[in-house]
Parts: sequence; structure tokens; C-alpha cells
Amino acid sequence: MSWLIDSSIGRKFVQSISGLFMVLFLLFHMSMNLVLIFSYDAYNFLANEVLGANWWAIIGTGVIALGFVIHIIYAIILTLQNRKARGKDRYASPSKTATTWSSQNMFVLGVFILLFLILHLYQMWYNMQFKELFMIEGARHDGAQLVEEVFSHLWVVIVYVIAFIALWFHLTHGFWSALHTIGWNNTIWIKRIKVLSNIVATVICLGFMVVAIAVHLGYSNLLG
Amino acid sequence: MDKDINIKVKVWRQNGPKDKGHFETYSLEKISQGSSFLEMLDILNEQLINEGKEPVVFDHDCREGICGMCSLYINGHPHGPDTGITTCQLHMRHFNDGDTITVEPWRSAGFPIIKDLMVDRSAFDKIIQAGGYISVNTGGVPDANAIPIPREDAEMAMDAAACIGCGACVAACKNGSAMLFVSAKVSQFALLPQGRVEAARRAKSMVAKMDELGFGNCTNTGACEVECPKNISITNIARLNREFLKAKLRD
Ligand code: HEM
Ligand code: SF4
Ligand code: FES
Repeated sequence: MSWLIDSSIGRKFVQSISGLFMVLFLLFHMSMNLVLIFSYDAYNFLANEVLGANWWAIIGTGVIALGFVIHIIYAIILTLQNRKARGKDRYASPSKTATTWSSQNMFVLGVFILLFLILHLYQMWYNMQFKELFMIEGARHDGAQLVEEVFSHLWVVIVYVIAFIALWFHLTHGFWSALHTIGWNNTIWIKRIKVLSNIVATVICLGFMVVAIAVHLGYSNLLG
Repeated sequence: MDKDINIKVKVWRQNGPKDKGHFETYSLEKISQGSSFLEMLDILNEQLINEGKEPVVFDHDCREGICGMCSLYINGHPHGPDTGITTCQLHMRHFNDGDTITVEPWRSAGFPIIKDLMVDRSAFDKIIQAGGYISVNTGGVPDANAIPIPREDAEMAMDAAACIGCGACVAACKNGSAMLFVSAKVSQFALLPQGRVEAARRAKSMVAKMDELGFGNCTNTGACEVECPKNISITNIARLNREFLKAKLRD
């Protein structure tokens, strides 16, 4: 198993799998958020009874956290190694090779997402699952109402929207790149997976954005 | 119509591997747009020699796009602004009167500079030696058509085999990755029955050598494919990933 850290393709494999895993998580997270638009009660039921501080939710959270940590650690390793492989001397004439902006800025985009994530975890998860788990005063069971309070501030919505845009850029490259890295590509599929990548990125980005904006404007809990 | 143009060339001069190096700008007059880029450099060198200065060192050999020796980073592009060609196939037609053309060596930790514009690409030879071949017994020559090969596979193998090992892919890559080169060399065999026999070992040892020599981790930016003079497709990289992962998972 040491090839997962010793070889370049092994490292990329880990980066891909952890990335794809997070994409799945985000799709789930986004779907659950959409419930907020229709019913706060339904959302709170899902959050407390189905997830909450149950053992599966705790294991789930642990696995997701592990996936994230691995992804970030590997991102740092890959980026440092690649800078070294590039060499100390840079070209004097700026590169004119046509590549996508996202593909050149994956690390920066990732750091951006990480900063957002810290804020997000503090605002939501800390007040719900974390406090309940460690028996800290004031754990919230009315997640939907908490979300409404957080999103009532315009600056929060703006920060979230910017982060979703960064995520969009990260995923437009990341999703197809991950499939390519695990070897799922050929001359026919390359066009398809690039389109698929844009679709996945857009669905995730829009799904999250719609909820943040709808809650802010009061178009939520429509069915009560 | 080709004209004669007056240009400036800003060239990287570096006395040896340890020297710091710097740019030097030279003026050239009445260069025919019909001449090749390397002919232009020949004229520059003749001018330098006549002035009693040291000529600019650069790699070249066949001057017809097949040997892969020429290797110049010109105005932000490996092999210059045209696509699908090597430096030696680049014409002065792509430049205009009054232009300043910046000429640099390949820059990557895997390709240290020897002198001026010449870099050491022996790392590629070491990767080939690690597995870029098939082992055959000498003796009677088998009939070429004895092994049926689907046309599609033969075509893809030939496309991969078009790689001339110039290193433009590494030069273009922000990660200094040699994956396009290695994937082309692995693919040309992996696609054919003769190459399947040693396929797993080949993928593992060539990748191990590539990593050992300090080339970077591919993040699929695709810069290599854009600059490759032989239009090698990055789908070869997916094939290499597949071959490598299959080999490792089977271990
Ligand atoms: C914590 C912040 C993050 C950092 C620092 C980060 C950084 C990186 C880096 C440096 C790469 C490698 C570049 C490349 O392969 O092109 C990468 C790839 C990737 N990231 Fe992230 N990322 C972060 C968060 C995320 C998130 C939240 C997701 C998904 C929901 C994600 C999904 C992916 C995918 C799918 C890849 C492609 C893997 C591959 O091509 O092998 N990343 N990330
Ligand atoms: S893949 Fe293309 S750019 Fe890279 S060495 Fe081969 S011919 Fe040159
Ligand atoms: S000199 Fe042979 S390819 Fe350019």
C-alpha cells in the first residue's frame, strides 16, 4: 500500500478518491438543504432523528472529516512537490499555453474553500452536533431556525455565495480530473466527462446558493 | 508575401550548469520571413562569431521535426507560437518587423541547463531504459500478419508512438510533470499484443523512474497536449493511470 504515498499516480489516486467522495457528500448535503425551502419541520426531523448525534451520523461525520483531512494533506504534498519539480527558475515570458484557469489554480481555490469551511463549521456544525456530542450548553436542535438566523445577515450570504463560486471552479476541473486520474477516460469519453464535470459543479453550486439566498429573502419553509 | 524583417532576440545566456545566467538582447537585420527559426539563430551565431563573441548554444539535429532535439521556449510557448510543430519547423513568418523574441531553455528540475539554451534531457533516456521496450528472442522473423490487431488499436498505438521525446510537455507543465511522454511510451506498447506481456512491469518501473528523477505529479491541466509538436493526446495519461493502478491493485 505504500505506493499510495510513494508514487505520483498513487498520490493522485488518493486525491481523486477523496475528492470524489466529497462530491458525493456535497450532493447529499445539498439535497438535504433543499428541504429547508419546503419545510423547517421536515428538515429538523431529518437533522435530529435521522442524523443528529446517532452513531451512524457520528461515524459518517468522522469519515467525511477524514476524507477532508486526507484531501488537504495530499493537496499540500502534491503542490509542494510540483513546485519543486518545476524548478527554481521561472520563465521570463509568461506562459501563453491555453489551459483552463481552474486547472492552474486548484490549490488557491482549495485554500479558499477551506477558510470558508472553518467559518461554516463554526456557525452550524459546532452549534448543533458538536455541542450535543460534548454536552456543551446550548446545543441547538432547531437546525432550520439556526440556519435562518445565520442567513439573516447579508454578509454571511455574500461570503457563502463567493465560496460556492470558488467551489464551482474547483469542481469544474476537479471532477473530470479525478475520473481521468482513476483511469476512466478515452478519446470519446473525454468530452463527455468534461461536460459532466460542468453539470455536477453547476448543480452543486446552484443548489447551495439557492437555499442561502431563498432563506435570506424569506422564501423558505413554504409548506410550513 | 515573405518580407525581410528587423528583429531583436532576447536570449538566455548561461555559461554552465552552475552559472547564474542572464538575458542578452541582440539585433538582427534583414531576416527573411522565409527562413526557419533555427536558421535565424544560425545567422545570429555567425554574427556573434564575426564579432569575436561566443555563439549561443542550442540543441538541434534533424531539422525536420523527427529527432526531438530542438527545444526552445519561444515567447511563452515551447516550440514557439505555431501548433503541432517542433522548433526547427517554425518559420520566421510568425514574427513581424520590430518584434522582440524571447528565447529560453526548457525550465524544469528534471532538465537541468547545460549551457545557454541546451538542457540535459537524459532523464528521458533513463525512463525508457526502465521499461520502454519489449523483450524478444532473436531468431527467425515471425510473419508480421500472424497476430491480428484491430485497426483502432494499431492506429492509437501509432499515434502514441509519434512522440519524439522532445520534452515540450515537461517544459509547458506548471508541475514539471513528464506524464505525457511516459504515457505515450507506455501506450504504444500497452495497445499491442506484443507489449501486453510486460505491460504491468513496464508501467510500474517507468513511473517509478519518472518519480525518482524528480518529475512532478500530473494534475491534468492539459498544457502538455496543447504544446506537444506531435499532438499526443492526454487520454494516453488516463491509459497510463489505468495500467499503473491495475498493476498495483493486482500486486
Ligand atoms: C479544503 C480545501 C481543499 C483544498 C486545499 C483542495 C486542494 C486540491 C488540490 C491541490 C487538488 C489537486 C489539483 C488537481 O488534481 O488538479 C485537488 C483536487 C481535487 N479536489 Fe480539492 N481541495 C479542497 C477541497 C475540495 C472539496 C470541498 C472538494 C469536493 C467537494 C474537492 C474535490 C476535488 C477533486 C474531485 C479533485 C480532483 C482529484 C484529481 O484530479 O486527482 N476538493 N484539490
Ligand atoms: S509527448 Fe509530445 S511534447 Fe512530450 S516528449 Fe513526446 S513529442 Fe515531445
Ligand atoms: S531538430 Fe530534429 S526535431 Fe527539431
